[in-house]
Amino acid sequence: MYIRKLLTKHTLQVINHLKLSRNKSTNAFDKHKWKSVVGLEIHAQISSESKLFSAAGTKFDAVVNSQVALFDAAIPGTLPRINEKCVEAAILTALVLGCNLNTESSFDRKHYFYADMPAGYQITQQFHPLAEKGQITFHVIDQNIKNLPYSKTSLIKQIQLEQDSGRTIYDDFSKNSLIDLNRAGTGLMELVFEPDLCNGLEASALVKELLLIFERIKTCSGRMEEGALRVDANVSITDSDKLGTRTEIKNLGSIRAVQLAVDYEIFRQLNLIKEGKEVVNETRGWDSITNKTISMRDKEVLQDYRFMPEPNLLPLNLNKFDIKKLQTNIPELPTVTRNNIMSKYGFNIRKTTTLMNEPVLLSMFFDIMNNDSLRNPSRVWNVLTIEFLTELNKRSIEPKQSEIPSSVIGEVVDLLDNNTVNLVHARKVIAKIFDEKNKSPSQIVIENNWEQISNIEEIEKLCKEVMLEYPKAVKDYRRGKLQAIKFLISHIAKKTNERANLALASKKLEEFLKND
Amino acid sequence: MISLLNKRLRDRTLSAIDLYGKTLSDIENKSNLNAFVHVIRDGDQRAVDSHKRLQNGTQRPLEGIPIAVKDNFCTKGVPTTCASKMLQNFVPTYDATVVERLKAAGAIIIGKTNLDEFAMGSGTVDSIFGPTKNVWRSNPNQWHIAGGSSGGSCVAVASGMCVAALGSDTGGSIRNPASYCGVVGFKPTYGLLSRYGLIPLVNSMDVPGIIAKTVEDVVTVLSVMIGPDENDSTCVDTNLDTNSFQTDFSIDKCRIGIPEEYNCEGLSDEVKETWDFVANLINDFKGTVKKVSMPHTSVSIATYSVLNACEVASNMSRYTGLFYGYRSKNDHKSFDSLITTSRMEALGEVVRSRILSGNFFLLRSNYEKYFMQSLKVRRLISEDFKNIWKSNYDFLVTPTTLTTAPLLSEFKSLDNRTQCATQDYCTQPANMTGCPAITIPVKLSNNKMPISIQIMASNFDDIRLLQFANWLEKKLQFSQIHL
Repeated sequence: MYIRKLLTKHTLQVINHLKLSRNKSTNAFDKHKWKSVVGLEIHAQISSESKLFSAAGTKFDAVVNSQVALFDAAIPGTLPRINEKCVEAAILTALVLGCNLNTESSFDRKHYFYADMPAGYQITQQFHPLAEKGQITFHVIDQNIKNLPYSKTSLIKQIQLEQDSGRTIYDDFSKNSLIDLNRAGTGLMELVFEPDLCNGLEASALVKELLLIFERIKTCSGRMEEGALRVDANVSITDSDKLGTRTEIKNLGSIRAVQLAVDYEIFRQLNLIKEGKEVVNETRGWDSITNKTISMRDKEVLQDYRFMPEPNLLPLNLNKFDIKKLQTNIPELPTVTRNNIMSKYGFNIRKTTTLMNEPVLLSMFFDIMNNDSLRNPSRVWNVLTIEFLTELNKRSIEPKQSEIPSSVIGEVVDLLDNNTVNLVHARKVIAKIFDEKNKSPSQIVIENNWEQISNIEEIEKLCKEVMLEYPKAVKDYRRGKLQAIKFLISHIAKKTNERANLALASKKLEEFLKND
Repeated sequence: MISLLNKRLRDRTLSAIDLYGKTLSDIENKSNLNAFVHVIRDGDQRAVDSHKRLQNGTQRPLEGIPIAVKDNFCTKGVPTTCASKMLQNFVPTYDATVVERLKAAGAIIIGKTNLDEFAMGSGTVDSIFGPTKNVWRSNPNQWHIAGGSSGGSCVAVASGMCVAALGSDTGGSIRNPASYCGVVGFKPTYGLLSRYGLIPLVNSMDVPGIIAKTVEDVVTVLSVMIGPDENDSTCVDTNLDTNSFQTDFSIDKCRIGIPEEYNCEGLSDEVKETWDFVANLINDFKGTVKKVSMPHTSVSIATYSVLNACEVASNMSRYTGLFYGYRSKNDHKSFDSLITTSRMEALGEVVRSRILSGNFFLLRSNYEKYFMQSLKVRRLISEDFKNIWKSNYDFLVTPTTLTTAPLLSEFKSLDNRTQCATQDYCTQPANMTGCPAITIPVKLSNNKMPISIQIMASNFDDIRLLQFANWLEKKLQFSQIHL
């Protein structure tokens, strides 16, 4: 959570950078004439038991070099064997993203020497990919409420299967580079998008939507923190119809990084042009400490990958796969869920998106509403996405790790709905249920004496008391300074340890103040 | 030969233990030929096991038969060097599928045989272990080359050290040395035998193959290795029945093509005469023999040079010394300098020059011009073959090599490309199209060196090819005369 806050702060800084420089624009250089063009390439690790071309396992947190078959270490004489589960995962992903499947696709070798790529080449699908021409539609929602949400579609150029590389770990102690091949050969789906986005916000919204889709179809875990989904962003700016020189930001490992890096890169390129310099075609990395993209110097030399067809694999023929079955088993996709929520519960896109972005909360929401359809959906939304989420963040618990059942949250909602507690105490109840898991919210309320005071006589008594105690405020109110009522209400709250039903109290107070 | 050994082992006039011991001492006695780079001397237990099985009647098809394996097939726990400094200390943890199947059939792997570094050559001369010498000599003061790259395996069989050996054939690497050494060399259809565990030269042309004294022995060994392999996607389930080898074969129903393009520059008179002799022999036995044309034959070698270099450049990328193999002892500033030095120090000049040209051909700006163009020409060469089979020809009969085995001194004076370009002329097109091909010895030249003939058939018509070769072998009586 701390990191999230920090990043948000930095986002604002970057945006401010942009705004400042826009305002400062000189006569010779009009930034408004320039538009930025962003295209993403996303590497999604396939969730499969074994690797793309070998029988080795793919466990993320396994002991170093324990998930390695002979083929993964490029032992001479070994040959690749296609894992049909990986192909099925890619087919399903392609179907969901509306791609045209190529009945026949083929594999190529992409050569470069890298310590964690033992064969000296990666097997990929450069020339004839598995699928082409798809699209993804998503909602772009700025945190700034003044900017209206809008829907955007990005076109997919192709989806290809390829191998992941291993990892190089630099050991500071021994001053050695160590290689872990556990990841080497894991199946990746590379999704290549057309350059049709404008900025970091759109880029991050696309990635969010893709994560939601993966959440549903389970072909990729989407765990960016484990590197299961990595984003490369191609960024360029232009003042004409032709695309400008682009830079490629490699390996963005979080949604925030995608947004910040793209926006920073646009800002950097605009400044270059402004200073009369040129954008160089290069690969850049994202430094999450300085929040800047930096040139990756060793890769500056133009790479010639010397592509060649992989001679040890037959062309991949999709006729062998039951595509109809895959198609019929597609679960409900996020777009459908989103539309259902909006029409059924009357939420706007912003509210819907907030809920959808936390799949665990979304499923809790459905549980709570399905359990009792008379519950107020907005209240459920508030309790889940504000109160409950805040408590989770406070405790640094990921929603999916929370062990609080939806029925418990539902009960909190009911306590609010029937005025048993007010919001202040509802919050306390939510905090308590993490520590006292065996107790129901109602029990917690009773034990702590947190019930809301809604009894009319009692409220009237309280009103009278504060009016007597603070005659100046009463006088102020009656002279027309209506704000003074708030002062009196706050004292009723204080007197009752915030248990008083303040809506009721405020109504009564008003009556008394007007009548007497 | 194998059936004879089988019989003697079964009627106990020979024991598997004695056979193993005799083979070891034979290899020792003929070590001057340099056929083996590693002899497996700790196979006693296997010999004893075979002996027991033969005694209790549970013997398998190759029980106790010693077989040699070219040193580019992975053998579990036994060094597999490819005759390169790069893999001098490489000990695989697994058996190549064909080796595994030989073992499962009771064969005793007796050792690993010499080859040109990573099978790149046609002499078995470019090896860190030094050249293999041909068992045939025209004069007692000079050695002839064994041919290559499976020279070690061919010499092992020709000299009687073992009855059969595994080789690999990418452009003629089995047939060329088999021809020079006067033994039978069989290159099966691409995809018939698993390549898993064969350290690749050109993946799209490499095939494991068999060297033996007789065609019948080739069939016996083939029958235990045939069949699909889940570890090799290019290995096909053909349902080819090796038993059909025993069915009747009548030459008078066969149509044999004599491709005139194989009568090329450099073809020696004696080889040409031998070719004519075989054609006439077939004709005498009422086989239909006709001249045919395969117009793209002459460009095959040039095409092969490009495709070979490209795959070599790619396949050799893994030899960096990081995970296995040779690693330079010098200090290094960077990853790049470490692997550059290691590769420089451990790969021979022939290997390095092919890597260099392959990388050149694969550059983005050259890919169309060289690689794609070569693939197109490969297709044309393949079409030449298809047209022959479509015209109802059953077999093609051609020379195997242009001459008899050159003298080692003469051969060394040529560069590797010239060596291969001449020596692979007749054998190489079969690898382009993947068809099965076999070489069998016909006669001796005036200077007492073997001359052989090559037969080819359409893809997966291996058994008929072997039947024809068997028929021809019986008529020629080469092995009976000269052994």
